[in-house]
Amino acid sequence: MSTFVLLAVTGLGLAALYFLVASGLSLIFGLMGVLNFAHGAFLTIGAYGTWWAAENLPGAGDGGWSFVYAVVFGVAVGTLVAALVELLLIRPLYERHIEQVLVTVGLSLALVALVRAIWGSDPRPFPRPAWTQRTTSLLGAQVPNDRFLLVATAVLVLVAVLVFLRTTRVGLVIRAGVENRSMVTALGIDVRKAFTLVFAVGGAFAALAGALGGVYLGSISPGQGTSLLIFAFIVVVIGGMSSITGTAAAAVLVGLVQQFANYYAASGVGDLSVVLLLAVVLLARPGGLTARVA
Amino acid sequence: MRGDGGVRGLRPGRFAPLVVLVVLALLPYSTLQVPGLFDGVLNSPGTLQLLALCLVFGGVALSYDLLFGFTGLLSFGHALYFAAGTYVANLALTELGWGLGPALLLTSAVGIALPLLVGGVALRVSGIAFSMVTLATAQVGSILVLQDPGGLTGGEEGLAVARDPIPDALVGVFNTVNKYWLALAYLALVYLVVTWVTNSRAGHVWQAIRENERRVEVLGLRPYGFKLLVFVLAGLLAAFGGVVHLLLLGGSTPRVTTADFTLGLLVMVVLGGAGSRWGAVLGGVLYTYLDSRLTDLAASPAVQDLPAWLRVPLSEPLFLLGTLFVLVVFFVPGGIAGLVSRLRERRGGRARPAGDGTPPPGRVVEQLRDAAGRGAGVGAGAGRPHDGT
Repeated sequence: MSTFVLLAVTGLGLAALYFLVASGLSLIFGLMGVLNFAHGAFLTIGAYGTWWAAENLPGAGDGGWSFVYAVVFGVAVGTLVAALVELLLIRPLYERHIEQVLVTVGLSLALVALVRAIWGSDPRPFPRPAWTQRTTSLLGAQVPNDRFLLVATAVLVLVAVLVFLRTTRVGLVIRAGVENRSMVTALGIDVRKAFTLVFAVGGAFAALAGALGGVYLGSISPGQGTSLLIFAFIVVVIGGMSSITGTAAAAVLVGLVQQFANYYAASGVGDLSVVLLLAVVLLARPGGLTARVA
Repeated sequence: MRGDGGVRGLRPGRFAPLVVLVVLALLPYSTLQVPGLFDGVLNSPGTLQLLALCLVFGGVALSYDLLFGFTGLLSFGHALYFAAGTYVANLALTELGWGLGPALLLTSAVGIALPLLVGGVALRVSGIAFSMVTLATAQVGSILVLQDPGGLTGGEEGLAVARDPIPDALVGVFNTVNKYWLALAYLALVYLVVTWVTNSRAGHVWQAIRENERRVEVLGLRPYGFKLLVFVLAGLLAAFGGVVHLLLLGGSTPRVTTADFTLGLLVMVVLGGAGSRWGAVLGGVLYTYLDSRLTDLAASPAVQDLPAWLRVPLSEPLFLLGTLFVLVVFFVPGGIAGLVSRLRERRGGRARPAGDGTPPPGRVVEQLRDAAGRGAGVGAGAGRPHDGT
């Protein structure tokens, strides 16, 4: 039983990471039709930004509020980079989806290589608040605290995004844009502002995922973002490409399947079963789990 | 369907590939020193090895262009078939102790069966979903190789190939020239096959699918079968590339299984010009050459003495190649082949169909745009008024 609880909570923690990366991806894809390969680079930048702040910025560090400060810095850098990428590189290629994908592919290679050039390819130990390394007893299982941090953050983000999309005017524009972009433009609304916003918010979530991924794994390396990105892509596709709630459900599914299969079968089987899951879902429901939009 | 049939036979460009082939085949007899471009004389083992690597990747890039440029299938899993080629051949030679011939047969069988299986599933969806399924299946290959099941694949270390089953002519530094010719033969084979199939009836259907899949359906053809055919053919050609790569390097490295490897192929094809045969080959050759030379450059004293803000970015070839790629997408749409055809148009003073009846190279990406808007149809794009007819 305790193993089961531990695996479930760890799976949910992993799902939280996937959700943070995938929510931005699915919003960007839903609204702009861009499959953002640079998302993994935003994640890496967020992780290294947090790490750099904790090492170098006065007041930032690995304990309590000073760690929050460091994370805020990392997320701010990730957001800034994402917004700049949208404004300078994606926007000029408006409506040219293949070129936009190609540009993000180039960026993902270049940005990760730049991080590797500056800080080396070896993993760096990540500053973690001491309490995240302790465990809490839950139903007889000793669960590391960072799992709770991950899950809580993801739930918070999910609620915030849903409230934002459903209650604000900009949220309405985004939802309408996902549904039918041409119609929204025809109504005289400038969707491009929403593009930048969605890209920046997606970048912020990815950067947050980078920082939390650092806490979860204990170290960061430049290639981390890319490997997480592939699973995030799978989550997005299973979740139906442009639905936030679908993405959340798919993230939980993928995270749990991966953890349980990796434990009860053999290491690596979990990753394989996730791909199998993708194939099954796509064959059974080519539109993903949800055909409806957030 | 083609309007320039009469012109084709007369154009000197028809013989250009043959001339290039002869020059490349005779190259190892040259002791020319090309300062700056290569370290040693042209027929030194180091230079030949680099050139052979360039030729292999030229061929693999061309096999990817068959999918992406000619049919409009944006696969993110081409690395899987290349990796299958190198690892299956390696295991057959090293673990089973087979000769090169049987190993090649087994690799061919796998090189057909694997893309048939993956394509059979992946091609049931289109657009971005297709890309994702291919990406995910290639990731399975990568995980499998890294997990090192039963100590077979050597994990991160890679897997050296046993020397005994390989003919002596293909082993050792002294025989680099033979490996070079092997790589050249592979490239020539891929080029011939691709030329032949893209000019065949199936090739015309592929190009029609790229331009407007719905119209192909309306004409009463089933795109699925044609797409599966090109997927398998491209996979098989890539698998052969994997075998040549194995013989060239004397081992398999897990680097060729990763998503980055496929992205590299995509960069090669776009750099050279998607939908152009010589463009894709040139892209592959150039990318491989730059990747290798920029690594050397980074270690050279000229770069090491630079101030840190210049030295650090220059030390990563991938940073420079990624940046170059973004610049090409922005400023040279259509890559090198597109650039050349535009220059030719300008010089000729009139627009004439570039190449041999295929649409102008490099226009491919632009044509794909509509298809992507439509094909992305999973959920979001479905409601968009992109029907293209």
